[in-house]
Amino acid sequence: MKRIAHRDSDDTTRRTTRRALILGGAMSAVAAVLGARMRYMQVDEADQYRMLAEENRVSIRLIPPHRGQIFDRNGRLIAGNEQNYRITITREDAGDVSDVLHRLQRVIPLTDADIARVEDEAKKRSAFVPLVVADRISWDDMSRVAVNAPSLPGVTPEVGQSRIYPFDADFAHVVGYVGPVSERDLAKQETPDPLLQIPQFQIGKVGLETWMEDTLRGEAGTKRIEVNAVGRVMRELGRVEGQPGADLTLTIDAEVQNFVQARLGSESAAVVAMDVTNGDLLAISSTPSFDPNLFVRGISYGDYAALTGNDHRPLANKTVSGAYPPGSTFKMVTALAALEAGVIDAETRVYCPGYYEVAGRRFHCWSRGGHGHLALDEALGRSCDVYFYDVSQRVGIDKIADMGRRLGLGQRHDLPMSAIVEGVMPDKAWKAASYGQEWRVGDTINASIGQGYVLTSPLQLAVMTARLASGRAVAPRLVKAIGGQDVPETEAPPLDVDPRLLRQVRQGMHTVSNTFGMTGYSNRIVDPALTMAGKSGTSQVRNITAAERARGVISNDQLPWNRRDHALFVGFAPYDNPRVAVSCVVEHGGGGSTVAAPILRDVLLRILTGGTPPLSAYPASQRARIETALSELPLRQFDTLASATGTRGRA
Amino acid sequence: MSFLEYRIQAVPSGLRKILYLNWPLVLLLTTVCAVGWLMLYSVAGGTLSTWAEPQMKRFAVGLTVMLIVAMIPIWFWRNISGVAYLLSIGLLVAVDIMGHVGMGAQRWLNLGFIMLQPSELMKIALVMMLAAYYDWLDPRKVSRPIWVLIPVILILVPVALVMVQPDLGTGILLMGGGAVVMFCAGVSWIYFAVVIGAGTGLVTLVLMSRGTPWQLLRDYQFRRIDIFLDPASDPLGAGYHITQAKIALGSGGWTGRGFMQGTQSRLNFLPEKHTDFIFTSLAEEFGFVGACSLLVLYVLIIAFCISSAIQMRDRFSALVTLGIAASFFFLFAVNMLMVMGLAPVVGVPLPLVSYGGSAMMVLLTAFGIVQSAHVHRAR
Repeated sequence: MKRIAHRDSDDTTRRTTRRALILGGAMSAVAAVLGARMRYMQVDEADQYRMLAEENRVSIRLIPPHRGQIFDRNGRLIAGNEQNYRITITREDAGDVSDVLHRLQRVIPLTDADIARVEDEAKKRSAFVPLVVADRISWDDMSRVAVNAPSLPGVTPEVGQSRIYPFDADFAHVVGYVGPVSERDLAKQETPDPLLQIPQFQIGKVGLETWMEDTLRGEAGTKRIEVNAVGRVMRELGRVEGQPGADLTLTIDAEVQNFVQARLGSESAAVVAMDVTNGDLLAISSTPSFDPNLFVRGISYGDYAALTGNDHRPLANKTVSGAYPPGSTFKMVTALAALEAGVIDAETRVYCPGYYEVAGRRFHCWSRGGHGHLALDEALGRSCDVYFYDVSQRVGIDKIADMGRRLGLGQRHDLPMSAIVEGVMPDKAWKAASYGQEWRVGDTINASIGQGYVLTSPLQLAVMTARLASGRAVAPRLVKAIGGQDVPETEAPPLDVDPRLLRQVRQGMHTVSNTFGMTGYSNRIVDPALTMAGKSGTSQVRNITAAERARGVISNDQLPWNRRDHALFVGFAPYDNPRVAVSCVVEHGGGGSTVAAPILRDVLLRILTGGTPPLSAYPASQRARIETALSELPLRQFDTLASATGTRGRA
Repeated sequence: MSFLEYRIQAVPSGLRKILYLNWPLVLLLTTVCAVGWLMLYSVAGGTLSTWAEPQMKRFAVGLTVMLIVAMIPIWFWRNISGVAYLLSIGLLVAVDIMGHVGMGAQRWLNLGFIMLQPSELMKIALVMMLAAYYDWLDPRKVSRPIWVLIPVILILVPVALVMVQPDLGTGILLMGGGAVVMFCAGVSWIYFAVVIGAGTGLVTLVLMSRGTPWQLLRDYQFRRIDIFLDPASDPLGAGYHITQAKIALGSGGWTGRGFMQGTQSRLNFLPEKHTDFIFTSLAEEFGFVGACSLLVLYVLIIAFCISSAIQMRDRFSALVTLGIAASFFFLFAVNMLMVMGLAPVVGVPLPLVSYGGSAMMVLLTAFGIVQSAHVHRAR
């Protein structure tokens, strides 16, 4: 078939060709635009987009540092870090979370509430986020989960770090405890350490843990990780190790601390024991105590209510936070002020008829019958009130207060502990400032025997005793070394008091404990190398009304616990060469010489002999009773503990 | 000029036809597909079986289909154009009624053995239908209003069916392909000027309809327009896709981060990284050089088609070749404009590279027709 030439045919073909070329041209133009745009984005703007891509993929995560550990003066672990085993579940690996959890329930103990909680959480969180199913599980449970791993998809046993206090209640008040960061903790700081934002990061909440937080915490390391679009970690790109927190070594001897805690038992009491030469606190004990591990793990409502509801106030650190009228333990201050002022000397005799009359008021001595004529030695020994009433009138409150302050009362001793009180060392200016009232004669009378406005903490009483014993202005010290570096000991400056007068007061304290018939005689130490000197105190927590006095003073036993007198005793030993000073306050304990003095003697002997107090140091008639009492003390077995805490190195 | 006027003797016959295939075009198509396999292997994180292997198998099938289609004389294809068009219309209606909903739109028809996307099929059928129409029509009548109205209706019916799915991207591509055939057939400039003017008016109207009861686009389509105009307004929400795509593309630099080193795609920041946004992965890993190379390959495919079309004296062959070339051009141009932030995200895959069997099969069949026209051209 021959092709017929058509007049229009070539025209049409030419037009199609023309239009095809126009089309091609238009397409080329668009392609050129595409190429230009590519060049603009990939060459001209490449750096900017490259940076955005890096921001997308690289995320910086913190590595929590190991918290510094706390040791006692002999290297026993007080606060350490424990491996914490926990079980997590990841939804995307588990598939059916509920099914896997019920299978897990057959392997380790899990309550239905736990399962419900995890299921609930699983719905809210991304599929790749590991959820904690069980925390602080035992090694056995941990291994059971590991063995059953094939039937538990998505379930992972993990190891974390958590704080542990091996001595439980012994150091609760000294060391305090850690807990998860709260909103309040964050609000307190202007620029919070980014570490605090880590979920479940633990910081010090109370006590040494919080006061030495910066030292203990260390510095966070960082790791650069690559994350994908949904935030899952793909791989680690690099890491900078952080700085672990510095270890602390305390001045406290854990064995002594344990002895004191056990000796105080269930009493609401406080004992502070101090090395008089350098101020090292050897034991600082407040009872009843509590287990700080409960707080680290998250205390239950019931446990917490039991602690706050207890009238013996287990949560309070009575050694530094408790402020008590020192009672007769204050009489050394009055005596020293009077001796220094020259209004009396050690031989000056005062007559005690059982009361003292001034400004038309009658102030009674604790002994209604009176003590007759006595000089300083016997006045301290018998704890005659009238002697000190009289002397205080001669010397005046301001000089007494000044002496009290020089001995460490009425001032805040700076220790890394919570809620340290200043106490009250009243004088005329103080009363004017606090009450807007004039100082009255009766105020001086009360203050002279440590009643009235005078308030002291057991720590202050220990400092006072140490200063009397050593003649130096020793200050308490709790931290012996930081990060292996010893905190330098500074020799305490001599006390600004005539040593001769101090000797006279110490002589009086010796009389208290070592002269027949004196208040502390029955609680003396008979070993001549360990002779103790002390002073008892019984401070009233109520006013005895005239009506009560008329009916005859009710004995303590008949009063409700919280209205009974506080029992106090301060003492040091050995008398010839003082090494240790101790203060003891037993809240509402009754008489200082009967309740506080035996405790104090045991503590002194425990420290000085470095072991269980030897019976030979006690008066022969008491030995049998004391042997039983000492053997019944619930003491910790330190040899086994030492091996249990032997893993001192970092995990 | 009808096929009856061919000098049949000049047309190769039998297996000799293979020698007369447009071999450079076959080679170019294979190369582009190979780029696709490479990228699918990479975005799957270095595994073949996820996407690359199925895609290779489909290519093997598609290539065979293309060669078979090329062997069949072009007049056969002209003769079945009407049937193909009506069949495609029928399938589009079917998909609108009982189609499978995927990604928020009704696009897929389950034929039991294959998931078919009739709108893909329509892209060829429409071009064939229009080419056949102009082949039949007296060239002197092409610009008369009544003869212009008919192809316009032929275009608008499938466009309307696709738009209700709703699939804006394919609708635009169909219109573009149809318009090109009309343009090349010689329809007067005036009509195009009028349509462009009217189109501008329509766009204004559509934008104005927003929020009114007679709103002409779905909310998500309006959102895409907003995001196109200002992707930074919502970088983590709806603008996330385009922002991440631009980051991937831009961070490629001159030579890219290297094969399998693209962080944006490997870490899943890129959305749809194996389909609509695969070009950004390529640009990220092979940089400006790689991206431009692919663009050049595409332009060469178009160039070979146009040069082939110019040599054809048969109207159907020329128009169908140009129409298919233009449809192919619209596909990659819209996709690239979209991922580079120059056009709204309308869901158009990168032809022959993006993962997807249906689209590739249709494209290779279309190029089979182009090849058939080339082999059976009048000499």
